[in-house]
Amino acid sequence: MIDRQKPQTLAEKVWADHIVRRGERTGGTQEPDLLYIDLHLLHEVTSPQAFEGLRLADRKLRRPDLTIATEDHNTPTLEIDKPIADPTSRTQIETLRRNCAEFGVRLHSLGDKEQGIVHVVGPQLGLTQPGMTVVCGDSHTSTHGAFGALAMGIGTSEVEHVMATQTLSLKPFKTMAINVEGTLKPGVTSKDIILAVIAKIGTGGGQGYVLEYRGSAIRALSMDARMTICNMSIEAGARAGMIAPDQTTYDYIEGRPHAPTGAEWDAAVEYWESLKTDDEASFDAEVHIDADELEPFVTWGTNPGQGVSLSGRVPAPEDFEDEGDQQSCERALKYMNLVAGTPMKEIPVDTVFLGSCTNSRMEDLRAAAEIIHGRKKADSVRMIVVPGSARVRLEAEAEGLDRVFKEFGAEWRFAGCSMCLGMNPDQLAPGERCASTSNRNFEGRQGKGGRTHLVSPLVAAATAIRGTLSSPSDLPPIATAAQAA
Amino acid sequence: MEKIIAHSGIGVPLPQNNIDTDQIIPAVYLKRVTRTGFEDALFAAWRRDENFVLNQEPYRNGSVLVAGPDFGTGSSREHAVWALKDYGFKAVISSRFADIFRGNAGKQGLVAAQVAQPDVELLWKELENHPGTEITVDLENRLVSCGAISVPFEIDDYTRWRLMEGLDDIGLTLQQESDIEAYERTRQGFKPKTLPART
Repeated sequence: MIDRQKPQTLAEKVWADHIVRRGERTGGTQEPDLLYIDLHLLHEVTSPQAFEGLRLADRKLRRPDLTIATEDHNTPTLEIDKPIADPTSRTQIETLRRNCAEFGVRLHSLGDKEQGIVHVVGPQLGLTQPGMTVVCGDSHTSTHGAFGALAMGIGTSEVEHVMATQTLSLKPFKTMAINVEGTLKPGVTSKDIILAVIAKIGTGGGQGYVLEYRGSAIRALSMDARMTICNMSIEAGARAGMIAPDQTTYDYIEGRPHAPTGAEWDAAVEYWESLKTDDEASFDAEVHIDADELEPFVTWGTNPGQGVSLSGRVPAPEDFEDEGDQQSCERALKYMNLVAGTPMKEIPVDTVFLGSCTNSRMEDLRAAAEIIHGRKKADSVRMIVVPGSARVRLEAEAEGLDRVFKEFGAEWRFAGCSMCLGMNPDQLAPGERCASTSNRNFEGRQGKGGRTHLVSPLVAAATAIRGTLSSPSDLPPIATAAQAA
Repeated sequence: MEKIIAHSGIGVPLPQNNIDTDQIIPAVYLKRVTRTGFEDALFAAWRRDENFVLNQEPYRNGSVLVAGPDFGTGSSREHAVWALKDYGFKAVISSRFADIFRGNAGKQGLVAAQVAQPDVELLWKELENHPGTEITVDLENRLVSCGAISVPFEIDDYTRWRLMEGLDDIGLTLQQESDIEAYERTRQGFKPKTLPART
């Protein structure tokens, strides 16, 4: 489709293949490029005002066949057959249902077996494919970049723009390579990679960039693990995060409901193969991470960049050079009720949340289940397990994972965003401390006054057993644990 | 959209880094289905503290927010911009904005003026020494002035032009409909469609 003569990065190739109209660069004014959007994902929170805008301007939704909606942010994860108790949540869900019916949008509602978190549903239906442009009124749309798609979170005005035109006006971005070479140690996951990346470049370090995760450690990851990394690109401030498609990607997509078949599959794979960053292409910035050196990572503060190795300690304000960082640290310690110097592993938690668009897929549930199987939950901890989609829940039940969680003493819930954000009944109480596999540890994110430590599913599982932030390597062998009990 | 050439209003100092969108508007306020009426939601958690800047005179009536770097990080919620606008803010000044927030602001007629951090600190000092001082954000000349201070700000050319003309993005794009149709004819056949639904 495009001139492949000039060396290009993956992101530049996908961008170039979607230009409807190139922005003019005359008179010192640079117009944005107009890009075509291949897939538009909708949910109940950021769409009502966009639908309303269409109605007010008497505009049509241009491509219902490139649009799909699901209910996730407001939905309860218990008693989903009953009406939603909170009237404002119910209104938002009912508004989505009315809007989708009116504009002909496919919707997977609560109770439907394809319902779930929007970023889990797209990939599992095979709708997310390499080289696509994917947008959604949700910042964690970056998740879909794991397939080599250019996937971006957008605001509601842009949602309306895509509904009306199937395009977006976008300013060109810069590219940053995140090179992760080496082999992860046992107990270290893709969640630890991305938390380490964010701690390294900061919550603003990716601003204006599309990140491309590269290197042997990335190639070795499954699609579920790649999605975890790309999901949190936004926490580094990046516009998007991408991973070049390869055989792992094709194997994941093949046979899914909306995957190409027959001759179209061959044509698709041939095109996908062309998307890799050219050897001679250069990035505007590069970051190197040594996978062999990584340890389980955990946050201590109130933004995702405030993290340390689990074997480390809570930092002190004076550990930071920048005055702004010192103030942020001081404020975070106060909010988190932590004392500088405390070993992270001595911090007790009240709740463990396994879920969210970051870590709620089969691999996440399997990894946690393997750790807790045959062990006992700490009495002081409640654990909530929320599959990312109704289909993940069904698959997990088919493997018996639900029984492992329930026997352990965890709550096995229905699919949704749940405790990742304080919009549905699953919330922390003020002062409650949570080890969470989600993506944001902002003040009040999981409920007013709640305190969040971001962790991997493995750390979440080990923490539920010991009651303090822990990694699987801190656990005694199962036989010993049984004798002690 | 209303045209903005320049705006003058009381400056509100908020010298804090990383003011994320969960602080600007907590998720619980995102349940509304309207586009207006979010003024009560702005900084809702912080406003419970009587010492918070917006609970004090003369800042209560401010319309130009001067914040620390990395303003608007986190969620894509455009509600953050709506809440700022509904409260009465016309401009936010910071040395660094999160990309999505900046984009949303431009689309809703809220000026996101990027000012170098040393200049932001000058503005904070001026507002601290003379509470209630007005700040002028002049899009035409890309200047922020406050008392005797006058400093440049950055905003991309296209957003500036759209703000000054008060242009609606969708209307602009629909003028290119023939380009969109032409592009659609070249799309690869293997690209997925959501309809008819397959599960």
